[in-house]
Amino acid sequence: MHLLYGFDLQLNDGKSPFQRTFVNQVKRCAEMSRKLRFFKDQIHKAGLVPSPNPASEPDVELEELEIQLAEHEHELIEMNSNSEKLRQTYNELLEFKMVLQKAGDFLVSSGNHAVAQETELSENVYSNDSYADSASLLEEEMQPGPSNQSGVRFISGIICKSKVLRFERTLFRATRGNMLFNQAPADDQIIDPASNEMVEKTVFVVFFSGEQARTKILKICESFGANCYPVPEDLTKRSQIIREVLSRSSDLEATLEAGLRHRDTALNTIGFYLSKWTNMVRREKAVYDVLNMLNFDVTKKCLVGEGWCPIFAKTRIQESLQRATFDCSSQVGIIFHVMDAVESPPTYFRTNHFTNAYQEIVDAYGVAKYQEANPAVYTIITFPFLFAVMFGDWGHGICLLLGALVLIVREKKLSSQKLDSFMEMLFGGRYLLLLMSLFSIYCGLIYNEFFSVPFHIFGHSAYKCRDATCSDAYSVGLVKYRDAYPFGVDPSWRGSRSELPFLNSLKMKMSILFGVVQMNLGIILSYFNARYFGNSLDIKYQFVPQMIFLNSLFGYLSLLIIIKWCTGSQADLYHVMIYMFLSPFEDLRDNKLFWGQSVLQVILLLSAVIAVPWMLFPKPFILKRLHTERFQGRTYGILGTSDMYNEEEPDSARHPHLDEFNFSEVFVHQMIHAIEFVLGAVSNTASYLRLWALSLAHSELSTVFYEKVLLLAWGYDNIVIRLIGLAVFAFATAFILLMMESLSAFLHALRLHWVEFQNKFYNGDGYKFKPFSFALLTDDDD
Amino acid sequence: MYGFEALTFNIHGGYLEAIVRGHRSGLLTASDYNNLCQCETLEDIKMHLSATEYGPYLQNEPSPLHTTTIVEKCTLKLVDEYKHMLTQATEPLSTFLEYITYGHMIDNVVLIVTGTLHERDVQELLEKCHPLGMFDSIATLAVAQNMRELYRLVLVDTPLAPYFSECITSEDLDDMNIEIMRNTLYKAYLEDFYRFCQKIGGATAEIMCDILAFEADRRAVNITINSIGTELTRDERRKLYSNFGLLYPYGHEELAVCEDIDQVRSAMEKYPPYQSIFSKLSYGESQMLDKAFYEEEVKRLCLAFEQQFHYGVFFAYMRLKEQEIRNLMWVSECVAQNQKSRVHDSVVFIF
Repeated sequence: MHLLYGFDLQLNDGKSPFQRTFVNQVKRCAEMSRKLRFFKDQIHKAGLVPSPNPASEPDVELEELEIQLAEHEHELIEMNSNSEKLRQTYNELLEFKMVLQKAGDFLVSSGNHAVAQETELSENVYSNDSYADSASLLEEEMQPGPSNQSGVRFISGIICKSKVLRFERTLFRATRGNMLFNQAPADDQIIDPASNEMVEKTVFVVFFSGEQARTKILKICESFGANCYPVPEDLTKRSQIIREVLSRSSDLEATLEAGLRHRDTALNTIGFYLSKWTNMVRREKAVYDVLNMLNFDVTKKCLVGEGWCPIFAKTRIQESLQRATFDCSSQVGIIFHVMDAVESPPTYFRTNHFTNAYQEIVDAYGVAKYQEANPAVYTIITFPFLFAVMFGDWGHGICLLLGALVLIVREKKLSSQKLDSFMEMLFGGRYLLLLMSLFSIYCGLIYNEFFSVPFHIFGHSAYKCRDATCSDAYSVGLVKYRDAYPFGVDPSWRGSRSELPFLNSLKMKMSILFGVVQMNLGIILSYFNARYFGNSLDIKYQFVPQMIFLNSLFGYLSLLIIIKWCTGSQADLYHVMIYMFLSPFEDLRDNKLFWGQSVLQVILLLSAVIAVPWMLFPKPFILKRLHTERFQGRTYGILGTSDMYNEEEPDSARHPHLDEFNFSEVFVHQMIHAIEFVLGAVSNTASYLRLWALSLAHSELSTVFYEKVLLLAWGYDNIVIRLIGLAVFAFATAFILLMMESLSAFLHALRLHWVEFQNKFYNGDGYKFKPFSFALLTDDDD
Repeated sequence: MYGFEALTFNIHGGYLEAIVRGHRSGLLTASDYNNLCQCETLEDIKMHLSATEYGPYLQNEPSPLHTTTIVEKCTLKLVDEYKHMLTQATEPLSTFLEYITYGHMIDNVVLIVTGTLHERDVQELLEKCHPLGMFDSIATLAVAQNMRELYRLVLVDTPLAPYFSECITSEDLDDMNIEIMRNTLYKAYLEDFYRFCQKIGGATAEIMCDILAFEADRRAVNITINSIGTELTRDERRKLYSNFGLLYPYGHEELAVCEDIDQVRSAMEKYPPYQSIFSKLSYGESQMLDKAFYEEEVKRLCLAFEQQFHYGVFFAYMRLKEQEIRNLMWVSECVAQNQKSRVHDSVVFIF
């Protein structure tokens, strides 16, 4: 499969579609794809299953294919029209037969009833005798003989079942009730000769008198689409005609069959190549669509196009262009020329199976600006980790892991078939799911939860009950009798007095630590961005004060948390943080954690206060100074250069962008930015507490399902109740915990990355690189 | 509940209103018309339309295209949209939607009756009928000889039956009679629709009554102009005007006695909303009047979309779409007959 690597062409947007260069080719391709659709439709209607056998026929040129397609279409249409005519005749015969049989019954029964009528009817028979010999069987109207002007006559025919009621009513109205209407349903469905659809039909016979009524009834029949057929009353005559009709219809049937077989073989041969042709035409059309984006240079007699390509693909493009020149043995080579672009280039990250899902997560928020730091690199680890902090249970983790492994093992098979939207999403994120499950097994081991049940995996618990009954574990607590449990939470704590206070404190502080670390990482990335783009202003007046502000408040809090953990101090960190603002010079008393803490607090508070105006004021003023320096107070823009630029390159209508400096706008922008950061530092740190909240919710919910469903049911000595309990537990685990809870943890992790992490550095205002590729074309049509 | 539609409208009407507003945003834009006007052949038109909402309806048409095919397919799209909305609609919206088609029904009845009078083939006539105005026994119309039969045979089953009460005569059908019948029917239809909208009340009544009043006035002017120089008496003419609208009743008195176009003009210019229409025309000219009226109508229909929670948008959309199809027909005809200089004569832009 050819793939013109990495050309993202964009030109010629101003012209309407039919003014472009290759419009005729595009039109021809559209016409061909219409024919192909027609074939597909015909094959589908004929009930055939096209069996593609590729590589059996050498590649055809587009022109040849066009001729072939036209021939095939012509042939098919002719065959269709022929068989249609035959079928129409055949259906008429069929209807006629039906009418003859049914209407005959009416005539016989009515003939038996009224003796008076009989004479007139026999007259009618007489007239019909001569008529049937001379006229064609398929003559639609019945011509009653001239002899019976006053007698009762009849018209027989067949009509759609759905129209019968209205037909009868109209007839009644038109003849003012002077008629007799008899009907009988046809035995089986008939293909309507006019519309070619299967319909249920009803045979009718109308008796009436008078010439005027006849014309009226015939008109009504016509307007209702009822087909009238003449029926002779004489039995022998009738049976003779039936025989005749039958023989003719069997003849026709044979002819029809033959025609159908012929058509089917034709369709089958087309079906062999249909998918190949369709693909070819689609590609050809796409190529011309791209060629239409090129500018036709009149003077140089060549096509000019501008596009983007990744730097690493330059050699490959040159190679393939050379090959193309060689293949078409053209006199003039294709010139590939790197040019300076004024617009910002599109962003393209090379991803593989594994990293794709993470890049997608970042791109869903916004595609990175060209050459901006890509947060997806960090997301690969931080995202599944933060998810796992909220979803820490190694039992659930193993379930997720199994799901992920199934998806990964069947990767080859699944990627080739078309999945529904939910499965597609799941499949796309299979490696994400893998890491998420691994991390959640890890966090689950730390929390020591297996479907909320603690296990003694890493040795024995360090705690024991005060007495044998263990009844006061929740009210008084446990006693420690040996070294601390080596890894994770001690299993004996489950259900004891210290469980919730300990876990809450641990998870809350952990959340703040993770948050501060991740936000610091975000700010540091903004430094690398600024350095890469050579923006020293951003480093000095944005990065530095931001670092100072965040770390003097929440960095300090993290420091206190770590010191408290290490020393086992009883200090109240709320009190320390709150009074650091309210009365910074007051003595810390019991809450003192280390020497020189009060002095450090004052210094940190001062630096945080200083950092705010540092962020806010200098940058806009410096920008203003730079601007005035650049133009030396000139108020007019430079006209000459832009004109010259245009003359040099007439093909690309680009103007050097002279932006106007609006101080108030810049200042307001900076103000918003600073305020957002200052408020965000507080609210974002608080936002990381969702790690704790969701983790708590998850463990409590799984505890409820385990204790209140499974254990409760297990308490009964009844197999049925136990099974029901097990089933409820399994469903709750699968649907509520594994699906809904994991989804909510996923969304919260997503939010922490998009908002709390990425707003520190990520612009995300780029656009994606969309190369032209045949591979992407295949399924846009269906 | 007047003025409180916002509370309850969305229960039944919200979905369809969203649908119709979506359809409206699919109407061709100014740049579409610009491109269409530059087309050289009907193929170009098809190609351009395939990039619009009409795409799926035209893509399977084989190549020698005709104007009628384009118009037919575009109308088919409108009909599909209408049918979809009708099947989704609940009362009273469904009745409202049905009312929209009665106008087409009247036109179809008149078309067939006139056609049979001139001994045209019924099938051929049926093909010319607007698909929105089709009803089951429409083909039976050809059987009828006079109004009474027409009514008794066919129309008694249709929603048009009540409108017929005024024009049942035993006279044989002729062109004049048919034209009078059309206008009488239309008058009764408009009045009935007007009453129905008032019954619905709220923003629907407000907007629809305005649009219908304009429609009634336009018809009054057209009847006047068309009947100048015919044997229609003043009283008969007076009877054909609908009994509502801006011109009712005093304007009708004046229109009834008009003998030429300038008298119509002086009668109409007393009404500020119509001043602008007539001020565009030069004296003695009536050719451009239709277009001027269409433009004014389109303007009013577009305004219907400015309010929410009313049924006027459905009527407005159907009318706008019909105008768009008329535009397409005109453009295609001009292209097909190489009369591109006249493209702008009759295209009414919808924006």
